[in-house]
Amino acid sequence: MFKSALIGLLSMLAVLVLPQAAQAEYADVVINNYSDAAGMRPAVFPHWYHRIRFRCKVCHADLGFKFKAGGNKITMAKIIDGQFCGACHNGEISWSVENCGMCHSGVPGTPTQIHGSTVQRLVAPTYKKLGNKK
Amino acid sequence: MKMNQFFLGVVAFIALPMVVVQAEAAQPPMKEVKSAKGQVSSANVFNRLLKKEKERNMAPPEDGVHDPDNDNTHVLQPPRIAYDGLPTSDFGNYVDWVKALNDGLIQPRYDRFDPTVEPLVMDLDIVREVKASVPDVVFPHKPHTQWLHCSNCHPKIFIPQRKANVINMSAILLGQKCGVCHGKVSFPITTKSCKKCHSKAKPKDWKPPQSEASLKNPWR
Repeated sequence: MFKSALIGLLSMLAVLVLPQAAQAEYADVVINNYSDAAGMRPAVFPHWYHRIRFRCKVCHADLGFKFKAGGNKITMAKIIDGQFCGACHNGEISWSVENCGMCHSGVPGTPTQIHGSTVQRLVAPTYKKLGNKK
Repeated sequence: MKMNQFFLGVVAFIALPMVVVQAEAAQPPMKEVKSAKGQVSSANVFNRLLKKEKERNMAPPEDGVHDPDNDNTHVLQPPRIAYDGLPTSDFGNYVDWVKALNDGLIQPRYDRFDPTVEPLVMDLDIVREVKASVPDVVFPHKPHTQWLHCSNCHPKIFIPQRKANVINMSAILLGQKCGVCHGKVSFPITTKSCKKCHSKAKPKDWKPPQSEASLKNPWR
C-alpha cells in the first residue's frame, strides 16, 4: 500500500519536474553554438517578427545567412564587425548589441533548433537526435 | 486494496496525457503501465502520439523557449499582437503570409536600407507529374520570387534545368529540396497543406499504377 502510494507520488512529481513541451512560435530559431559555454542564455531568433519587416532575400541572399539553424557560426565578434545580425542591429536600422537579453533570451541549456520543424513534430524521432544538431 | 488501485488509476490518468504531450517523450509510456487485475489498461487513451499545441501563438514568457527570468523576455513582442488583422491559415504561424503580402497588409523590405526597392518577380509555373494518386505539383515562381532571390535556390538546392531535380516527400520531410524552407519557416508539411503544392488534378483517365506484388498476387 505504502509502496504503491510512494510510486504514485514519485511519478506525479516526475511529471511536474520534467520539462513541458515548448510552445514557441513556428520557425523560432534557438542558437546555442557557443552561448551556454560562454555563460550566456542561448539566442532566440523570431522569424515571424523579421519576415513582417524584411523579405527572406535580405538576410538569406544579401547577408549570407545559410538556411540552417546553427549553421552560420555567428559570434559576437562577427556581429560587431557588421556581419550577420550586426548588419542591422547596429543602432541604425535596429537596436544595437548592448541590449544583450533581447536576443540572448532562451532558457539556458536549450539546444540549437528550429522550433516546430517537421523533424521535431514527427511521432517517431528520426536518426538524428535534436541535441546533436550542429 | 481498493483505495490503492483507485489511487494508481488516478495517477495514471493524470500523468499519461501529460507525458504524451511532451515533445521529448519518444518512448510510448504504455510500457510502464500495468493494469491491476480486473482493470482495463489505462494506455487506451485518445491521441496517444498526437503532438498538439495547447495554445497557439503564445507570448514569449510562456512559450517554454524564452526564459521568463530574463527581463528582456517581457519586452519582446507577443506574436498575437502582430498577427491581428492578418489573414489566417491552418498551420505554421497560423498566418497566410503570402496573402498578407499580396493584400498589402505587410510591407517587408526587399533591400535592408531602401524601402522603395521592388523585388525581381518572375511569374512562371513549373508542373511536376507525381507517380502517386495525389494531384500533380505546380510550383509557382511568383510567390517565391516575391520573398526570395534566384540565388537562394539556384543552383545549389534546385538545378535550373528540366528533369534535373529528383524530389520526393521523404527528402522534403528530412529538410532537403523544398524542405529547406517548407516545414521550417514557410508553410509546413501537414495533411491540411498537401494541396497547396499538389494542386493540379490528374487527367480524367488517370489510374494509379498497380504494384508488382498486386499484379503477381497468387491469391488474387
